Amino acid sequence: MAGKTAIARPSSGAGDIVKRLFVKLGILPFLLVVALVVFTLMSDNFLTPRNLMNVLRQSVYLMIVSMGQMLALLTGGFDLSVGTILALSSVVGAMAMAAFAAAFPDMIGLAIALGCFAGIAAGVSIGVMNGIGVAFFNVSPFMMSLGMASVGFGIALYLTGGVPVYGMPMEFGNIFGFGAFLGIPAPVYVAALLIAALYAFLYRTPQGRYFYAVGGNLKAASLSGINTAGTLFFTYVLCAFFAAVAGMLLTARLDTGEANIGSAMPLESIAACVIAGVSLRGGVGRLENVILGALFIGLVQNGMNLARIESYLQTVVLGALLILAVIADQIRLRYVASLKD
Amino acid sequence: MSNRQTPAQDRMQPAAASPLLEAKNLTKEYPGVTALDQVNFELRPGEVHVVFGENGAGKSTLISILAGANQPTAGEIFLRGEAQHLHSVHDARENGISAVFQEFSLIPQMTVEENLFLGGEPTRRGFIDKDRIRREARAILDELGFNLNPRQRVDHLTRAEQQMVEIAKAFRSDLSVLILDEPTASLTSHETDHLFELIAQLTKRGVGIVYITHRMAEIRRIGDRITVMRDGRYVDTVDAGSTSEDDLVRLMTGRVVGSIFPELDLGEPGRQVLQVKDLTTVGDTVRAASVEVRAGEIVGMAGLVGSGKSELLQACFGAIQIESGSVQLNGADITGKPPRHSIRAGFLYLPADRRKEGLMMMRSVRENVSLASLDIAPFSNGLWMDRSGEARAVSSLAERLNLSPPRIERAVDHFSGGNQQKAMLARSLTRSYDLIVFDEPTVGVDVGTRASIYEFIVELAKQGTAIVLISSDLPEILHLTSRAYVFYRGRIQAELSAGQLTEENVLAHFFEREAA
Repeated sequence: MAGKTAIARPSSGAGDIVKRLFVKLGILPFLLVVALVVFTLMSDNFLTPRNLMNVLRQSVYLMIVSMGQMLALLTGGFDLSVGTILALSSVVGAMAMAAFAAAFPDMIGLAIALGCFAGIAAGVSIGVMNGIGVAFFNVSPFMMSLGMASVGFGIALYLTGGVPVYGMPMEFGNIFGFGAFLGIPAPVYVAALLIAALYAFLYRTPQGRYFYAVGGNLKAASLSGINTAGTLFFTYVLCAFFAAVAGMLLTARLDTGEANIGSAMPLESIAACVIAGVSLRGGVGRLENVILGALFIGLVQNGMNLARIESYLQTVVLGALLILAVIADQIRLRYVASLKD
Repeated sequence: MSNRQTPAQDRMQPAAASPLLEAKNLTKEYPGVTALDQVNFELRPGEVHVVFGENGAGKSTLISILAGANQPTAGEIFLRGEAQHLHSVHDARENGISAVFQEFSLIPQMTVEENLFLGGEPTRRGFIDKDRIRREARAILDELGFNLNPRQRVDHLTRAEQQMVEIAKAFRSDLSVLILDEPTASLTSHETDHLFELIAQLTKRGVGIVYITHRMAEIRRIGDRITVMRDGRYVDTVDAGSTSEDDLVRLMTGRVVGSIFPELDLGEPGRQVLQVKDLTTVGDTVRAASVEVRAGEIVGMAGLVGSGKSELLQACFGAIQIESGSVQLNGADITGKPPRHSIRAGFLYLPADRRKEGLMMMRSVRENVSLASLDIAPFSNGLWMDRSGEARAVSSLAERLNLSPPRIERAVDHFSGGNQQKAMLARSLTRSYDLIVFDEPTVGVDVGTRASIYEFIVELAKQGTAIVLISSDLPEILHLTSRAYVFYRGRIQAELSAGQLTEENVLAHFFEREAA
């Protein structure tokens, strides 16, 4: 945005500069600085290249899910079924892959590809249902995705009977779960690819702009000739696609298909977006900030682990952070009104 | 709370007497902006004092301070000669100052009586005293002569009726100052008459009225004195009876302005652009309407709010479902096609409510202007956006329309009403359109911007674009259109050619003949 115009005016003291930065960038940079300082003080191992690479690898799954969640938030909705999508794609993908691998032991590559395809297709089908409900029947995104979360979770449990799915080829986990190239883990490459693609799509194509338009003002978008129902539908399909990819990557890491993964994803992905300044009212938010938001949550979780904070308490911290971010967003709105730029 | 008998009756004083409400050197500063700069204002008992100025002149800030919704940075407010600090709207109301803003403070799901006593419910032994609420609500409504059912839910009322409720709310306490912010913006002329009768009653009882409006006719009709503001400063206070329209515009804009309507020297209309035959919408908001619009002419659509004049064009555009009938654009059938199709075929509809239907308030001017044309050059090559092409195109449009300030990356929300309107109108220049529909293009827009919007519309027509102007403002229809249709209850009541366009003729068709 208009970075050049912001700092030009003479400002009155440090407080004013902080306020302007806050309005311009949101709460995230401040939280990042605080987290870095606090965790560095709490643990010697925190600020090491190895640990930071760890944080990156661990954050990848949340990052990918958050990218999809961001689309839903941009259009003024949200998707509570991302956790279920993760689980369903994991279970279906693992079962399909295991079946193919057993049937054609010579063609491991094909089995992996078909398994991934089946898993992602299963996840996307949940998104298709969400999209149909929200875009064509005007069901509120809250109800639609909450309902689908239950449907998807039920299917995932029914398919597996609640037990993990084994039998995937070793190579799948070795490449997509634990593989690395030039010292950088494989999932990071996948995430980078998705980020680049989504960035180009959001900021370099008309359809990308339409996500913002639909969330900014649905009626105005429609009167400006934008296919609003189609855009909404596409939003939830795309959101599900991202969650499903994350599901397959996580499956590779765990080496099993599980129905119980991803239950924290709806909260964490929404938190990552909101902390990154994505408006819950729709129409506002930047992809690069969401990536940072997801990294921040990974950073906090990693820091708390190193500082030996109990995992139950970590959940408390995460919820508190989310609420803090929303409050900060409200305060920021007040400042925006008074600063105007 | 409910002591509302004989408001100010015993205090009736001759005009010119000591002021009822006085503001001295009021200043309001926001970081980086001075919204009000040492403004003086004086209200006498029993007068209607109009506050006049362009959008962004500081009118809203002034009344929000007088109503207690905002605190001044410096300056004093005197009520009947005593210095007062109005800490909140509630505080101001206790002191007899009530405001009716454009955005109502009513709970739509509650009934009229519940709204009237919201925040001050009389209780008996800790429970709400429903009988008393009912009695007193009835008494207030009767006293004001409002024909409203106290038990009706507010969201079932018309906008005019909701406004009555809002005004009635002011009467819960002893009223001495009533502030009205563009109260007639969404009222029909009949409802406006009723409001003015009420204002006359109030002033007789010594209530002082602070009245904000952009409409000259209203100032003539009910104003006693006019305070003109410009750029947050006090300009002058003049007598409403003896000040000409031109003088007012000169005071307001700081420059000499002739008539705000440009010369309408359009040539002969060209080929037929829009042809509508027997169109009826789903829900019957429009019934069996047939119209025709030709290139290079400005066709007016007159009628009351809800008469179907706006709905007809929305239906043609594809925003409202059509039950029967046909719409042809440049000879091609576009009946029932979505807005997307209409826009690509060269037909743009610019909605009346820019906040609700026209603009993405939190997005930049750049994005708002280019929104309808992202599929074509210079905004994109169909697949990829051309961001610098977009910035250049929007910058030059902003310059052409005198967007102020000319900062296209600033969120639309932070511009004045007139400039927001310009951002929306700029959309009509991002593509070559054969037909552009302007729905109430000057609602809530100051006179200066209004003149430039009129010029803009006439300019488009001269270049051969077919224009439809939907307006509830009669002078606009009379001065700016070459032909007009008058709507009544979903039907076209009359088609008036340029020669027949007189106030009497148009008004005659507003109400005449009960439709079957």
